[in-house]
Amino acid sequence: MKIRPESEIPIFLQITQGLEDAILAGVYPEESQIPSITEFATTYKINPATALKGINLLVEAGIVYKKRGLGMFVATGAVEALRKKRKEQFYDTYVVAMLEEAERLQITPEELREMMERGWKK
Amino acid sequence: MKGIQVRNVTKTFGKVTALEQVSVIFEPGKIYGLLGRNGAGKSTLLNIITNRIFPDCGEVTLDEEAIQERDALLGKIYLMSEKTFYPESMRVREAFHWTKMFYPDFDQAYAERLAAQFALDTGKRVKALSTGFLSIFKLVIALSVNTPYVFLDEPVLGLDANNRDLFYKILIEKYSETPFTMIISTHLIDEVANVIEDVVIIKNGRVICAEPRETLLERAYTVSGPAAVVDTFTAGRDVLGVETLGGFRLAYLMGTAPDTLPKGLEKAPVDLQKLFIQLTNV
Repeated sequence: MKIRPESEIPIFLQITQGLEDAILAGVYPEESQIPSITEFATTYKINPATALKGINLLVEAGIVYKKRGLGMFVATGAVEALRKKRKEQFYDTYVVAMLEEAERLQITPEELREMMERGWKK
Repeated sequence: MKGIQVRNVTKTFGKVTALEQVSVIFEPGKIYGLLGRNGAGKSTLLNIITNRIFPDCGEVTLDEEAIQERDALLGKIYLMSEKTFYPESMRVREAFHWTKMFYPDFDQAYAERLAAQFALDTGKRVKALSTGFLSIFKLVIALSVNTPYVFLDEPVLGLDANNRDLFYKILIEKYSETPFTMIISTHLIDEVANVIEDVVIIKNGRVICAEPRETLLERAYTVSGPAAVVDTFTAGRDVLGVETLGGFRLAYLMGTAPDTLPKGLEKAPVDLQKLFIQLTNV
């Protein structure tokens, strides 16, 4: 997981999204422990409050949970929940952006469909 | 209230007004970035808080007690500054020992460990240290004194990239274990932008901004596009500055960007260093 300070996305959201990606990719399986706030803060050289804010979003969403005195763990069902959430966002983040660029380049719907077909086959 | 409170402090040196009616609060357990251009008054402020120089008027309190009247309060604050107050012939290890006498919570074993991490030779005399190692020497002490308030004035002066990286890492580790108040005064804004929680910006002896980094950044944005379209948009708005390249223009603005912009314009957030430059340009 990579933090890009120059990105337009605030650091705490990059932490949230980076962890989501890692959970989806199986880096942190369900019921396994994720790094601590201190580990995140020192690794990326960010204020611990920023790391906490990013991870708290996942706690609130029920993706990770705290075990008192032990640390934070990935919840059972987290992968499924994340997939569902990401699918809902897919249209806005990818489809809309793609169609905007297609319009700028004057790519026709037919051409776009062909490209999609080509992509699927790969 | 708890913390350091600076109230209406003014300080002049001859005809020069270094600080003018400065009021600012430093709360317990937070990392502050004290930013300002050369000669803005940062060091003067830190020196006044630590009683090294006295203000013409105004006062500084720590947990509601006036600092000027109680020297014991100064034991709670450590200022790492440009000046070195150790006798120059003293060896690094002796300086550690000496610090312990003034700051009882100074952790000598921890200081030795940090020195080893930075490859600082504790047998060397302070006067024989290079610029970089002199900074490291002072940093090691600042990170080991364990006072609730630590001020770092240009902490990474002369440090190479590896040692700066190591310093920020140790600083965050230390802060994560036991939060304390840190005021970092530096010109390398990009490097501390994500380490600090609150920003205090001084311009020409006045505090022009004191707030969480995030809320400050949320109050600013850029708009870019064809020059004429940008100009129409920025008319009547709070514009900090513009950059022009041919027919393309980028404007820095304070305020909240509207959800929808005129066609052809793009908005983007501003990073702290760029915003600082815009806020403190003449």
